[in-house]
Amino acid sequence: MTTKSLRTGGGFSVRYEPRAAISVLALIVLTLAVGVVLIGSGDFPIAPADVVATLLGDGTAVQEFAVMDLRLPRVLVAVFVGAALGIGGAVFQSVSRNPLGSPDVIGFGQGASVGALLVIVLFQGSSTAAAGGAIVGALVTGTAIYLLAWKRGVHGYRLVLVGIGAAAMLTAVIHYLLTKANLVDATRATVWMTGSLDGRDWDHFWPLLAVSCLLVPLVLGHGRALRMLEMGDDAAYALGVKVERTRVVLMGSAVLLVAVATAAAGPIVFVSLSAPQLARRLTRSPGPNLAASALMGSALLLVADWLATNAFGDRQLPVGVVTGVLGGCYLLWLLVTERKAGRI
Amino acid sequence: MNEKNLRSTPMDGQTQRLSAESVTLAYDQRIIARDLSVAIPDNSFTVIVGPNACGKSTLLRALSRMLKPSQGRVLLDGQTIHTMPAKKVAKTLGLLPQSSIAPDGITVADLVARGRYPHQGLLRQWSPEDERIVQESMAATGVAELGERYVDELSGGQRQRVWIAMALAQQTPLLLLDEPTTFLDIQHQIDVLDLCAELHETQGRTLVAVLHDLNHAARYATHLIAVRGGEVVAEGPPAEVVTAELVERVFGLRCQVIDDPETGTPLVVPAGRKARARETVAAPEPVLQK
Repeated sequence: MTTKSLRTGGGFSVRYEPRAAISVLALIVLTLAVGVVLIGSGDFPIAPADVVATLLGDGTAVQEFAVMDLRLPRVLVAVFVGAALGIGGAVFQSVSRNPLGSPDVIGFGQGASVGALLVIVLFQGSSTAAAGGAIVGALVTGTAIYLLAWKRGVHGYRLVLVGIGAAAMLTAVIHYLLTKANLVDATRATVWMTGSLDGRDWDHFWPLLAVSCLLVPLVLGHGRALRMLEMGDDAAYALGVKVERTRVVLMGSAVLLVAVATAAAGPIVFVSLSAPQLARRLTRSPGPNLAASALMGSALLLVADWLATNAFGDRQLPVGVVTGVLGGCYLLWLLVTERKAGRI
Repeated sequence: MNEKNLRSTPMDGQTQRLSAESVTLAYDQRIIARDLSVAIPDNSFTVIVGPNACGKSTLLRALSRMLKPSQGRVLLDGQTIHTMPAKKVAKTLGLLPQSSIAPDGITVADLVARGRYPHQGLLRQWSPEDERIVQESMAATGVAELGERYVDELSGGQRQRVWIAMALAQQTPLLLLDEPTTFLDIQHQIDVLDLCAELHETQGRTLVAVLHDLNHAARYATHLIAVRGGEVVAEGPPAEVVTAELVERVFGLRCQVIDDPETGTPLVVPAGRKARARETVAAPEPVLQK
C-alpha cells in the first residue's frame, strides 16, 4: 500500500493511505444515501429528492412531519448507534488483538441486558430507567472483566476468555430474570433484548449525540497510540506510548459508547463484531481503522434496518433479528477462516 | 584471581548516560536480582551475557523502564527514568524487544515509519524530516529496496533488519536490543551483529544487547557484562573479562579460551565430554534470600 502525505502551512502534516481515505468517503456517501432512502420509505413513501428538500426545509407540512418528527430521529439514532458499536468493536478487537474480542462477544451486550432486565422485571421501570439500567450494567460488566483479565496489564487472550465466560454467566442471569418476570414484563424485556429502532425519537438521540461528541474524538485522538499497541506492549513502550493508560482510556470510552448505544436501541448484535472486520477488508490498511469502522457500523445498521422494514413485505422485523442473521453467517465464516489460519 | 581483579571499574572520565543504581528487580513476589548496579559506558557496544534465567533480560527490561525496580532506580541523564515523560525517554532510549508483532498487511516502509512516533504530535504527524530519517534508517539497515514489500513475506533475517530500522528511525543515542539474534540461523545472526557493530562504529550510538552466544558477545562487544544469579560477576572489555575461569564461574562450563583466529578476540572452546566428566564441575548457584 503506498502511503501519501499531506502538509499544510503552520506545520500540520499527516500521512494517509489513499485507499483508506477513499473508503471513508465512500462509506459517508453510502450512509447518507441509505439514510435518505430509509427516510423516504414506509407507509407514506417520499421520493429521495423530496426527502433532501424536506431536510433542507423545503417540504410540505405532511412531509415535514413525517421526516423531521418521525423518521429522521430514527435514522439518526441508527447512524449513531451503528457508529458507536463499530468504533467500540474496533477498539476492543485491536486491544485484544482478536476479532472475537468484540463487546457483543465478551459480555457487554449481556451485561447491559441484565441491567435493563433488572429494572424492567424487578422494578417495572420506565424505558428511560431501563436505558439507565443498561448503561450501568454494561459499565459494571466492563469494569469486572477488566479487573478479572488484569495481570500485569490486560492481554488479548485473557480478555477474550474472561469475557466469554462472563457472557455465559450473564446469559444465565438473563434467563433467570425472564423466568421470574410476569408475562407483560417478560414481553417487554424480550422486545428490548432483540434490539430495535422502532419508535426511536429525538429523546433517544440527544444522549447518544452528547456522548458520541465527547468520546468519539477522544478515541480517534488515541488512534495512533492504539496503532502502536498492535505491535505488542514492549514495542509500544519503547516508542513512548503510555501503554496501560491508553488502554484504560480507550476501553473505558468504548464501553461507554457501546453502553449508550445499547441503552438507545437494545443489544443489537454482531455490528461491533463485523464492522471493524469489514472496514479492514475495505481499506486494506493495518491498524485499528477507527473512523472506517464507525462509518461501517452506521452503514451496516442502516442497511439492516432497511431490510428489516422493507424486505419482508408487510412483516416488519426488529433490526436486531436482521443483524443477528447476517452477523451469525459472518461469525461462522470468521471462525472457519481463523481456524484455517491456525489462530484459534 | 579474585573478584576485585575481574571486575574492572569504568575508566576515569568515562561518562554513563544510562545506569542502574542498586536496583532490586522482581516479578510480583519473585525476586530476580537484588541490589544490582550497572553502568553503561557511553559510546560502547555493551553486551550482557549469562546463563538462562540469570536475570539478563530482566536487567535490560529495567534499563529500558519496562520493569520498575522495587528498590533502587535506573538513571537516564541523571534523572530517574520511571518518572520521566514517556515520549522524552523514547527520544533518548530505543528498544528492540524480543518479540514484536508486525500488524497484518503492513509494508516495510510503514513499519519503519512507526519509529517516528515519539517525535510526532497530533497535528505534526509526518514532517519532511520524518520522511528523510525513515529513508536513512532503511538504507542503513539495507532494507531500502524492500520498502513496498509486506513484512509478513520477508525472511526472518530481513524482518529483524526491518525492526532494527524502526528502532533506528526513533533516532535515539542509546539503543537496547533484547536477544536480537534469537530464532535466526547463523548467517543471519552474524548479519544482524555486523549491522549492530556498524551502527555503533559509524553512527556513534551506544548499544546494549543481551546475547546468548558468548563467542558472539566476545567478538562484537566493546564492553561485556557477565551476569549470574542476578549478580554482575564481571564486566569490562571482552579481552580482559573472558577467561576460562570466568566461563566456569558464570556458566558452569569447563573450557579453554583461545584467540579467535579471525579477530583475535577471546574464543570459548568447551572442554570435551570426557575431559569434563573427569572433573566434576562445582559451581553452586548463589542463593538469593528473600
